[in-house]
Amino acid sequence: MKPVREVAVVSTAVHQVPALTGTTEVQLMVPLLNAARDAVGLTQADIGFTCSGSSDFLAGQAFSFVQTLDAVGAFPPISESHVEMDGAFALYEAWVKLQAGEVDTALVFSYGKSSPGSLRDVLALQLDPYFLAPLWPPADAVAAIQARLLLEAGKVSGEELAEIAVRSQRNAVGNPNAVRSSPDVAVEDVMAEVPIADPLRPSDLAVESDGGCAIVLAAGDRARQLCGRPAWIRGIDHRIDAHGLGTRDLSRAPSAELAASVAAATADLAIGSLDIAELHSPTTSQEAILIRGLGLGASTEVNPSGGALAANTLMAAGLVRIAEAARRIIDDGADRALAHATSGPCLQQNLVCLMTGV
Amino acid sequence: MAKQRTAVLGVGQTKYQSTRGDVSMAGLVREAALRALVDAGLEWSDVDAVVIGKAPDFFEGVMMPELYLADALGCVGKPILRVHTAGSVGGSTALVAASLVQGGVHRRVLTIGFEKQSESNATWALSLPQPFSVSINAGAGGYFSPIIRRYMARSGAPDLIGCMVAFKDRQHALRNPYAHLHQHDLTFDQVVEAPMLWDPIRYSETCPSSDGACAMVLGDEAAGDAAAGPVAWVHGAAMRSEANNFPGRDEVNPQASRDCAADVFRQAGISDPRSEIDVVEMYVPFSWYEPMWLESIGFAERDAGWRMVEEGATHLDGGDLPVNCSGGVLSSNPIGASGMIRFAEAALQVRGMAGDHQVEGARRAFGHAYGGGAQYFAMWVVGADRP
Repeated sequence: MKPVREVAVVSTAVHQVPALTGTTEVQLMVPLLNAARDAVGLTQADIGFTCSGSSDFLAGQAFSFVQTLDAVGAFPPISESHVEMDGAFALYEAWVKLQAGEVDTALVFSYGKSSPGSLRDVLALQLDPYFLAPLWPPADAVAAIQARLLLEAGKVSGEELAEIAVRSQRNAVGNPNAVRSSPDVAVEDVMAEVPIADPLRPSDLAVESDGGCAIVLAAGDRARQLCGRPAWIRGIDHRIDAHGLGTRDLSRAPSAELAASVAAATADLAIGSLDIAELHSPTTSQEAILIRGLGLGASTEVNPSGGALAANTLMAAGLVRIAEAARRIIDDGADRALAHATSGPCLQQNLVCLMTGV
Repeated sequence: MAKQRTAVLGVGQTKYQSTRGDVSMAGLVREAALRALVDAGLEWSDVDAVVIGKAPDFFEGVMMPELYLADALGCVGKPILRVHTAGSVGGSTALVAASLVQGGVHRRVLTIGFEKQSESNATWALSLPQPFSVSINAGAGGYFSPIIRRYMARSGAPDLIGCMVAFKDRQHALRNPYAHLHQHDLTFDQVVEAPMLWDPIRYSETCPSSDGACAMVLGDEAAGDAAAGPVAWVHGAAMRSEANNFPGRDEVNPQASRDCAADVFRQAGISDPRSEIDVVEMYVPFSWYEPMWLESIGFAERDAGWRMVEEGATHLDGGDLPVNCSGGVLSSNPIGASGMIRFAEAALQVRGMAGDHQVEGARRAFGHAYGGGAQYFAMWVVGADRP
């Protein structure tokens, strides 16, 4: 559908580290929320709608998001909602709220602190609870099935996967929110690594991180008042594929393809003509699937931040992609950017957000 | 830019009971969703998007179960959102679905709340040890009982008001085939004589643990006009949240509750809720919350909500403002669905489809849910007439 209201990202704040030790989610989010609001001179009282994303399974606590409300400063009471999803989907909910026209600003945030547990095992509990989860397949092993399929179908080579890993690590140099970077890593170095889940080597797998992200959205003239060069959301869509790994063609991500085509049609933008794309790819093989499936052009710079491969904060990595892409427009003068978020095993659920500077 | 008009086109519920061992989680949600589609006269292919809500994932031990439920909810290739806002989640989920229609993003949205408490253990899920904090293992009743005692002290309510609410809701439940508790032989004396769990909350004044799901199909104005049967129009909808713990917080009558109700009534053009609303479905997991919310929402003056209970004003038979004609949360509590049931029952009332617990001639109904430490609120007003 054609958005009835122009909505833009007007400020972003990101913080990611290998492990937040001795810091609660509330302590993590207070400075990030303040930074995002302060950058555009807003207080919580100026925010029309607040929406967040997080997971109780990471916090190890039921209703864990209730605590984080304290970081927002929710008194006087606020209009607020929460999704048990990556923050990119919270941003989508806020975008919908802004479409209805009753509010002009929204605060979106999400966070994840996976370091206290074993994420590769925790993610097994995302799988079909009757037939798959009882087997406790680690997340990297599930992703390796997909990567093996890609390699054996000849859709990608091991060298190409290594090239994706190298690009991520080199791009991540200088990004303070990347936790894995290297200025001089080479394809041969990656190819020499011992696989963790054959064929996936350590550099093929996103490095886990703890962290959070906060974004302020604003509509129309309000966005122009708050920000010299807002990152306008011209198209945003999300879709989901079937859950059963055996019921889908794992060498593709149809839901990502569909979300991209719907967003592109709404935005009236050609995906092949973008300046940058920030992809939420938990493995190099999934990044290869996305680059092909989304239809990115050769001139598009992929993951200038290093992408999720350089720091994958579960529940926030998708929102961080939107923040990184928006920041390139707001601060660095990029014109057309794509941000992508994923959830579930083997790219089951995908969101695509297309933004422009004009 | 005005909001798009939004209507409830269909409602579907499962039978609420302790254990639905005959179905998987997928089977449970699909049962409610199919019934909502049938009620709306629609097919799976008519649905543009799905919004699902449930309480903590630990209640079933499945992380983000909507991923696995996508197939059963017919949303492969479609958008699905998963809402979680504590006990208010069923109401919040319906409101997120409504916002997709109000914002003009979709024409028809399936929304569903569920809980399958028998898959895991809610007390375990709520008692996971946390670093740097002492678990009091008091359960929800232990949390709310001091707040209730505070209400009793400041309002001067007689001790048995809570028992009157519990007895009334269990009587109402006998007229709702989906209700979990059907206590045909229950007497008021039995309610009073039940064991005291968290003083002043007796066992008989608490909600059960249920498996179940509740679904609605929401549509835009054109979809509402095209519906073969009666629809319920959304006249007002709002969510509010406030911090849980700070000095001076009114925990008996939280400001977020008052603000949320005021916003909903403003949207619906209602200035005298008591006379302009015909029937109420509110979230009452412990009996005393009926008089407390009657005051907070604005159906009664401060400290006078209990008088409405005492006078029978909230009873389906003879009351001028029947509350929880379905039996309420006190009679069925699949947590993630409990809020949505309130919203859906409000819609059924104004559609004239509430069966044996129908309030005759109901034109406008109020749906309500709350959660957390009485800090998350979701409310809507639905009406038989187009707003």
